[in-house]
Formats: sequence, structure tokens, C-alpha cells
Amino acid sequence: MPTFVMTEKCDGCKGQDKTACMYACPNDLMVLDKEKMKAFNRDPWACWECLCCAKACPQQAMDLRGYADFVPMGASVTPLRGSDSIMWTIKFRDGMVKRFKFPIRTTEEGTAVPDGGFPADQDNLSDQNLYTEPASLLMDAVPTIKK
Amino acid sequence: MPMNFETVEVTTDFLIVGGGMASCGAAVEAAYWAKKHGLKVTLVDKASLDRSGAVAMGLSAINQYIGVGKGKNTVEQYVEYVRQDLMGVARDDLVYNIARHVDGTVHLFEKWGLPIWKDDNGEYVNEGRWQIMINGESYKVIVAEAAKNALGMDNIYERIFIIEPLLDGDRISGAVGFSVRENKFYVFKAKAVLAAMGGAVGVFKPRSTGEGLGRSWYPPFSTGSSAYFTIRAGAEMTCQEVRFIPVRFKDAYGPVGAWFLLFKSRAISAIGGEYMVERKDELQNWAPYGLVKPIPANLRNYLGMLDCSEGKGPLMMMTNEAIAKLADQYKDDPKAFKKKMKELESEAWEDFLDMTIAQALLWAATNIQPEEKPSEIAAAEPYFIGSHSGASGAWVSGPEDIAPPEYFWGYANMTTVKGLFAAGDASGASSHKFSSGSHAEGRIAAKAAIKFIVENNTQPAVDMAKVEELKAKAYAPLEIYEANKDFTTDPEVNPAYIKPKMFMFRLQKMMDEYVGGVTANFSTNKPSLDRAMELLTFLKEDSEKLAAKDLHELMRCWENIHRMWQAESHVRTVMFREETRWPGYYFRADFPKMDEQNWLSFVNIKWDPNSGEWDVFKKPIIRL
Repeated sequence: MPTFVMTEKCDGCKGQDKTACMYACPNDLMVLDKEKMKAFNRDPWACWECLCCAKACPQQAMDLRGYADFVPMGASVTPLRGSDSIMWTIKFRDGMVKRFKFPIRTTEEGTAVPDGGFPADQDNLSDQNLYTEPASLLMDAVPTIKK
Repeated sequence: MPMNFETVEVTTDFLIVGGGMASCGAAVEAAYWAKKHGLKVTLVDKASLDRSGAVAMGLSAINQYIGVGKGKNTVEQYVEYVRQDLMGVARDDLVYNIARHVDGTVHLFEKWGLPIWKDDNGEYVNEGRWQIMINGESYKVIVAEAAKNALGMDNIYERIFIIEPLLDGDRISGAVGFSVRENKFYVFKAKAVLAAMGGAVGVFKPRSTGEGLGRSWYPPFSTGSSAYFTIRAGAEMTCQEVRFIPVRFKDAYGPVGAWFLLFKSRAISAIGGEYMVERKDELQNWAPYGLVKPIPANLRNYLGMLDCSEGKGPLMMMTNEAIAKLADQYKDDPKAFKKKMKELESEAWEDFLDMTIAQALLWAATNIQPEEKPSEIAAAEPYFIGSHSGASGAWVSGPEDIAPPEYFWGYANMTTVKGLFAAGDASGASSHKFSSGSHAEGRIAAKAAIKFIVENNTQPAVDMAKVEELKAKAYAPLEIYEANKDFTTDPEVNPAYIKPKMFMFRLQKMMDEYVGGVTANFSTNKPSLDRAMELLTFLKEDSEKLAAKDLHELMRCWENIHRMWQAESHVRTVMFREETRWPGYYFRADFPKMDEQNWLSFVNIKWDPNSGEWDVFKKPIIRL
């Protein structure tokens, strides 16, 4: 089972209609068992191991167990994703541990302004200027070639 | 109907189908032009926008950045590079159009909050000539955020799987699909539609067939929906034979780009020889393309494959040697050396953690530290991906200012079906657009689509009888399951139906063995292809007996129908092209040589929605 949910830690996102992992999974794999109030991966054979679920889990109730058909047991790779960086803990089969921290964004969550601050003054549907161009190209005009 | 399925109708002006990079680009662009013209834009996604599409996991590099405004490269140089890499088969006009806009897209990404590596002068850090390094764990989240802010969540429908196009004569009039979470059938009526549902994974048998089935290089949820949608609308398709085979770290498919380009690593066979050096003469056979730098991806694949065929595998990426070399210049300064090693270690691991976490786990599980020992690389299974080094997709119009008349029919990126546009993996013959170029192409297509709507501002008719027919067809697998499941004690084994997973395995086995998959050593020939067509015909007939126990399985049924059509267009075009042009992607053993005289052309294919007939034909390559 590529991603798995730890029974003790999962709280079923407290009875909301969908859990964070269900919302995140690009392959529609995470399901909430409403009787137990626990989420599970319904088809581990279709799991890409993208860990979108584990990164989104508010309880850190999810982790990764490598594909059983080719990954030797005993290692783990665990993300802890914050608002501006992600921390990874890698445990090797032989017990060695490595930690890495990488930035994930330079702006406040939710603040991506579509025009990125470039002038949005384009008004001709027939020319080659896309929205924010040519300024966003850092040029005076969109390149072209004479036919 | 076994259950009560409500039909929900949504009427809009511009419908964007898909949630990946191209769709998000389209959303940002369309929102701007639509507002000016009082139009409505709607986006529908099989998953949820934050983590949908091929960039769901993240990426460690942006593979297309030209740097035109900074005087680093010209757009023409990129066109030249792509043309050579695809062995001469590329639409210069499309590649040019994407390349001239892509830098703007990347600059927007940076403003939105994507961390791009900078050097001491504040310039982007290049991985290779066209590639720049990023801290890309949240790449898709950030790009989706801008799309959401532009469109508004009210105009975004998530977890709805679009399965069929709607047509009004020769014009697109919308699309239908079903919610994978609720008992709701959706009918979207639109004046223009953008197909941007990604490439196709799982058409060929993967190397890992157990639990690792999901560990495809490209995502397992890219299931040929773009190809299916455009083919079924009657759009002309191009380069359906030009599949892509990535050579990656073996089994977990971790990226090799940083190792080859940034760390300058060598790859050798198990015997020790460097195949790119030892087999240099072979490249003469593929001139002129084999003689240019960089050597086309498929030829680099091919030289490694030749080693493996001779029993010299596995191939090894010399990570330890590369790191040692990079750190060597600091060897007299222990402190600087230690710092450099630490930095390289972090870069190497981030490369995997940003985009292929499974590879990091595989290294940890096999106690591999890249600075200590080399790692295996291998050719993966074939994929259909118009955005990378493959080229499959719809045949679309070029831009008005540069496209030759044969390549221009009114609106950039419009397919041969009126009002139906394609971008990203959905559009063909414009390879090497990757994530950033797909976003830029989505923007190009969206502006053109809004222009189309303004100039053709009528709501095309939707035949509601046809919609009812499609609804019945959509849910048929649920009905088949309900009607027959109690006949046997185990619902998995039932003579009346086939479950989607076994259906997929049947497709994959057939494609693998007869159409040049891994076990066929990427080789095929006419008799094999004929056999594939025979087996495909059985499979197509049996697709009417697909059964699903719930909505999730229903999605799997339709994904595999989509894959099957991608497969058929592939087999037909591989059969038509009587030469071998991309030997590292597939080898026609009965036509083992490249034939510039007869086959330096596009192979296009079209399915007629009225007659159900396929037509395969050549289209000329016109250089800019």
C-alpha cells in the first residue's frame, strides 16, 4: 500500500463531508469510511506516490510504504509541508536519517494575482499580445518573423 | 438506471476541460479577455485544481525557458532544437508560437510565488541550455491559485470526468461527463471548448505490474482523454505514432535531467563502456539528425537499448563520479569541500523529492547515497505525451502572423473541428513545451478561443436526445454490473462482463507484445500490427461489457475506453509509416531504415463520427 493511514492519528477530518486527503488525491483514491471515521487508500495499485494526500493531512496521519513489488522494506520518506517550506525526513533501510528543508513559495498563500503586477492593458483580440505582454516577456514587442 | 442520476446543465461561452498546466494557463488568459467581452468561462476537472495534472507532485525544473528578452537565446534556436530532436517532424510555426510566449509565463510564475533558483547575479540558474532550476514542490498549487483567482471557484467544477464531446454539425457545442463523487450527470453547453486533459499513460504494459503499477513516469491518471475527446469530435490528429519512451532511474523513474545536464554525469553499461562514445558511428545511420548536438533523445535511448539488447545491461548513471568531479575543485579547502558536498547532496535529493518521491524512497530502501555509488537507469514503457519528446496530439492551426497558409485556419490552436481548441499534451507536433510551454500554449489557445466566440457568437445547438443516449452509455457499466453480479458467488469473475482493471491489462499486454513494448524490445512489424488490430477489435467489442460496482470504477471504465482509442490511432499510424524514424521510441523491424525521400512528412489520422471510418494520410512538413 503506497500511502497508508495510521488508524490512531486519522480523525476523518472531524466528520466534514470530505477529508483533506480525498480533496487532494489526483487519482480519486482516498475514501472516508464513515462508520469508522477513518480514511483509506482504496486502490494502492493505482497510487503514483505523489504524496499530495500526506502533504495535505492536518493530522500527519499518512505516510508512505514503498511499492511492495520492488522496494525493500524498512525505509521511509516523510513530508511536513508548511506555508512557505517543506521538511523531509528520510530514513534509510540501514537506519541512517537525513533531513532536508526546501522553500515552496515566496508569496503568502492565496495572493497570486493573475497579472503578476505586469500592465494589463491589452485590448486587441487579433494581435499577438497575450495578457500582460509584451511587458511580461521583458521585451518591447512579441517576437515575430516575416512570412 | 440502477440509481437516480440527476442531469445538471451548465451553459457557458468558453469551456476549459482539464485542470493541468495548459488549463490553468487558459483560465488566466480567458478570464481577462472574457471580462472585456462580457463572456463566461467555465473549467471542469477530473480531479481538484490544486493537485491535478502531470505537475501534481511538483517539479524540480522548468524545462522550457528561452531567455529571449535577456538576450540568452532566440526563438529560432529553440525551433531548430525541437525540429532536430524529433528527427525533422515538427510544426515550426507551433513551436515558434509557444517559444515566443513561454518566458512571459515563467515570469508570471515567479511573481505568483514560485521559487526559481538564482545565481549570485540574480539570474536564473540553468540546468541545461533551456532548463532552469526551481524549488517546485508547490509549482502546481501556485499555478492553480492564479487560475482560481482569475476565474473564481464558482466557475470551476471539480471531480467531474468529461467523457464525450457534443457536436452541432461541424462545430463543437459542449461536452458531457459524470461526477465521480455524486450521482450527477453533467451537460456543458459551450460556444468553444478547449481540450487539455493530458497525455496517455497505461496504454502499454508497464515494467512494474504488481503494486508498482501506479509508479508510471507520467501520472497514471493521464488516461488518453484528450486524444479520445478530439478523435471522437472528428478532429484530425497528428503524430499518433510518435510515442515517447523516457530513460529514467530504474523502477521508480526518478528524473535524470539534473544528473546529465547539471551534474554532468556519464552513463555506462554494466560492462563499463560508455555507449554514447562506443556507439557513435551508429549515429551516422540517422543523419542528418544523428549528427547534431544535442543528440536527439530517441537516438540517445537507442544507443543504450543496443547495449541492453546485447546483454550489457543494466545501464548505470555514474552519480558518484559526477559528484566527486564537481567537488574536486574544492579539494584543497576542507571547509569549502564539505560545504560543496552538502550542497550537492541537498540538490540531488531535492531533485527527487520535488517530483518523484518514490525514487527517494527507493534510494533510501536500498541504502544508496548518490555520492557513494552509481544507480541503475533504464528505458521505461511507452507514453503518449505531446508536451515532452513525443509528439502525439490534435492537428491545430498555427498563429496568423507566421503560419504558412496550409497551417492556418482562422484561430491559433483550433483543431479541424470548429470551436474545438487543444493545448498541452492534447495538441500535436509541437513537442518540448513541457510544463511552462503547456501553460503558455493554454494561454494562446484561450485568447484565440475568445476571439472565435466573439466572431461566432451563437450558442450551437445541443441535441438533448443525443445527451440522453450518452447518459445511458455513460452509466451502462453500472447497469451491467447490477444486472449480472449475483449470477456468480464472486462478482470479480463473471461471464457477462469484464472489470476495468482486467480490460486495461488486456490492452496493455496486446500493445506490449505486438506494438513494440518493453518485452518486444520496442520492436514491431506489419504482421504483429495486424494481429494487434485483430485483438483490438475484440477488445473494442468487449468494451460494451465493461462493468463497474461504483462511480470510482465507472471512471476507470471510461479511462480505459479512452486509452483504447489512443491505442488504435497509434497502431494505425505505426502501420502506415513504412520506415523507422525514431528507433529509440519504436523500431519497425520490417522497415529498419529511415526513409527521408518518402517519409519526411507528418502522418495524420482522422475518425469520421458519421461513418465511423478511419483515414490515415500524409501531410507535408513546411519549414518557417
